[in-house]
Amino acid sequence: MVMGDMVLETELLVIGSGPGGYAAAFRAADLGLEVTMVDSALRPGGACLFHGCIPSKTFLFLTELIYDARRAAEMGVSFGDPRIDLERVRGWRDEVINSMADGLALLCKRRGVELIAGRAQFEDERTVRLSNSSVRRITFRKVIIATGSRPIPLPGIPFSDNGRIMSSSEALALDDVPESILVIGGGYVGLEIGLIYAGLGARITVVELQDRLLSGVDRDLLAPLEKRLSESFESVRLSTRVGDIQETEDGIAVTLESSGEPVIAHPDRVLVAIGRTPNTAGLGLESIKIARGANGEILVDEQQRTSIPHIFAVGDVTGGVMLAHTATREAKVAAEVIAGQPSVYDVRAIPAVVYTDPQIAWCGLTEEHALKENIPVTIKKILWKYSGRAATMGATDGVTKMLADPESGRILGLGITGRHAEEMIAEGVLAIEMGALAEDLALCLHPHPTLSETEGEAAELFLGSSTHVVAK
Amino acid sequence: MTIKSFSMPDLGEGIHEAEVLSVLVEKGAGVKEGEVILEVETDKAAVEIPSPFSGSVVEILVGPGDIVQVGEQMIVFEVDAGLEALETKPGADTGAPETEVVPDRADRKTQVPASPATRRLARELGVDLHSVNPTGSGGIVLADDIRKAAEGAAEQPEEEAVVDPSAPFGIKEQEPFRLPDFSAWGEIEKQPFRSIRRATAALMTRSWSQIPHVTCQDTVDITRLEEFRQKHAAEIEAEGGKLSMTVFALKAVATALKNFPLFNSTLDLEAQEIIIKHYFHIGVAVDTEHGLMVPVIRDVDRKSIKEVAIELHELVNKARERGVSRDELLGGTFTITNAGAMGGGFFSPIINYPEVAILGLGQGRMQPAVVTDKNGTHEIVPRLIMPIVLSFDHRVVDGGDAIRFLKVIIDSLGDPDELLITMI
Repeated sequence: MVMGDMVLETELLVIGSGPGGYAAAFRAADLGLEVTMVDSALRPGGACLFHGCIPSKTFLFLTELIYDARRAAEMGVSFGDPRIDLERVRGWRDEVINSMADGLALLCKRRGVELIAGRAQFEDERTVRLSNSSVRRITFRKVIIATGSRPIPLPGIPFSDNGRIMSSSEALALDDVPESILVIGGGYVGLEIGLIYAGLGARITVVELQDRLLSGVDRDLLAPLEKRLSESFESVRLSTRVGDIQETEDGIAVTLESSGEPVIAHPDRVLVAIGRTPNTAGLGLESIKIARGANGEILVDEQQRTSIPHIFAVGDVTGGVMLAHTATREAKVAAEVIAGQPSVYDVRAIPAVVYTDPQIAWCGLTEEHALKENIPVTIKKILWKYSGRAATMGATDGVTKMLADPESGRILGLGITGRHAEEMIAEGVLAIEMGALAEDLALCLHPHPTLSETEGEAAELFLGSSTHVVAK
Repeated sequence: MTIKSFSMPDLGEGIHEAEVLSVLVEKGAGVKEGEVILEVETDKAAVEIPSPFSGSVVEILVGPGDIVQVGEQMIVFEVDAGLEALETKPGADTGAPETEVVPDRADRKTQVPASPATRRLARELGVDLHSVNPTGSGGIVLADDIRKAAEGAAEQPEEEAVVDPSAPFGIKEQEPFRLPDFSAWGEIEKQPFRSIRRATAALMTRSWSQIPHVTCQDTVDITRLEEFRQKHAAEIEAEGGKLSMTVFALKAVATALKNFPLFNSTLDLEAQEIIIKHYFHIGVAVDTEHGLMVPVIRDVDRKSIKEVAIELHELVNKARERGVSRDELLGGTFTITNAGAMGGGFFSPIINYPEVAILGLGQGRMQPAVVTDKNGTHEIVPRLIMPIVLSFDHRVVDGGDAIRFLKVIIDSLGDPDELLITMI
């Protein structure tokens, strides 16, 4: 590296230090490449660590605890009403984030990854200019763009500075707990954050344009969650369009349009959670003529190459499912391809987890997708009311659902609703990636009593019957 | 919308790179799956490459004359994901090798069950999962299946004498000799050394450095054979063939090979075996403007003179127009090189490795010859005399064998009756 007139020269430049960026940088460094990572944030981690996955899961852990403490009363153990000290809650969140960010910074140092704060903008195919940085320019031989995504505002209605119209980032700042929040968007972000605030005492209304929540999730997996949400939320309005939003002196007036007369809601806050859009603005992509998709996402092939051979892109900035773990894999593929390995993004079972309570997790083929694509599939389900472990936890509102190829019996998909679905889904990922048959899973011992038994028993149903369910 | 990179496909038979002859699409153009988009040349054959995608061309990264390694990105397409999923098989009517042109898409249609580690191994070894015979339970492809498939692919080119230029017997020098700057003494011009030129160089180096060559030289009186040839030439021409001296030589060689099987063999040093072939596929060296090519005529022993004349004529024309397929260049057991048409005399040809011998013919010229009649009277008469040479591998055969082998050919070519009667 040549410092000279503040121009850096690097073998591999990684733009963005989220789960895509740092995974790419680390893998590339491990493969012997000289790596520089640039991010406008001072510390690595990205939206996932600072404004997304990590703060939301930290809070969800607490709201689940609050809910469980209340349930425990029915089982004979009472804690009384929770006293919530928001400042300490925020402190705890920051502790979690700080320890992880420090860990990542240390990992950069140990691997020799040069970490530079600054906003990168392409000048040409071999150079980026940095703003807000001690370095003026970086020239590179290869570059991986991993700038992630950001929440989409409602058309014509920007997120407000006073925090009344929030994105998920502002919501997870947790400045206070308002009396009422209108959540626009019934996707996983809206539901998770809605549950956090509901747990902390806010009244939550969810508005969704479509006739259902969590679009794309099988309806039978959704049903137990819907039941729980109807208890935790004030209301869930489906097939409802958000019309006008006016800020008033003491709140906000939101016009909600559905089949009948428009209704005006007066929440204290609005959370807009209608999706995320690739972070490409300000990157100077115009000057390098890179192929882009309809939503501005950078187009890549299965080796994460863009239309310019030495420029790669990974994660949310390439559109698609926008999950941290897919970004991480894409990042490793890009790093390996740059290092000359024949890597390809060939994942067959992408796991997804909705951290509501109950959780919903799935991987591989879903029933909805099979129907849409006309893929022949056999489906077996175990309801958790037959699970001993679920009974001990008072968490019988779950279901384990397995999809297999009718001819070979090979497992194609797994869907789980219930507590700890996030951990259980890994068995399905392993089964699908390894090409396991339902029979294989049925013959694997599952410890008793655990929730994972429902996976073994769902597999047993493909063989005719399971221990706790009599086949029809 | 999504993009797909089209990289140089694995063209099989151990080919690592190819030269781009022409790019048949333009940036921004719409392309249908199966449409020919590139013409490339491997070591000896030109191959048309069909598009594995339907979509539009976003970027073209190669141009005519580029040497492209297998796996190197060549063209970037933008494809509609929805459309693409509905599409069926890759174009089959293009005649190009089907190997691995669209592995990833075929995968999406019918995923071959294999663990992620096995899939990675397959990529590393360049094995198409679809082409592997699975031995795991329930049809799962195991790592060993991949290794076996890779070994199988590696063995083939060895037998078929496809040469890796970087191999010990290739043309890559261990310690390259530092050449002087020739421009210091006058004007120079640099030409690329690649494609057929390089393949020929690699093969010749291997042969010359590995085989102890011996060349026997003789002449054959082809006065009568030339009369015979002229008498039948028009008739063969009417059938679309060409009755050249090479045609007779092919038949004569087939007969000689049957009598001396070691000349139709290959020495396998590794296995310490001599592999004798019970088929008689004879290659004929053809001088083309693109370079030397050796198309092979199969089962020469089972074909009539007329059939051989027609087939040879067709192959020679195809070679000159670069239309010979790789298949037609493989499988030879012996080679004939006829320098006569160009006016050549005696020379010492290099054996076409891994064959054991090569026959060379020179130009037939009218020369004073001593002819002895029944009464023992000598007379000097003008006769048409043709130089004939045989280079052989002295590890496999000896000088005596070679003289005897060559005599069968000389006798056949010297006397059309002998040629016809000994033809099997």
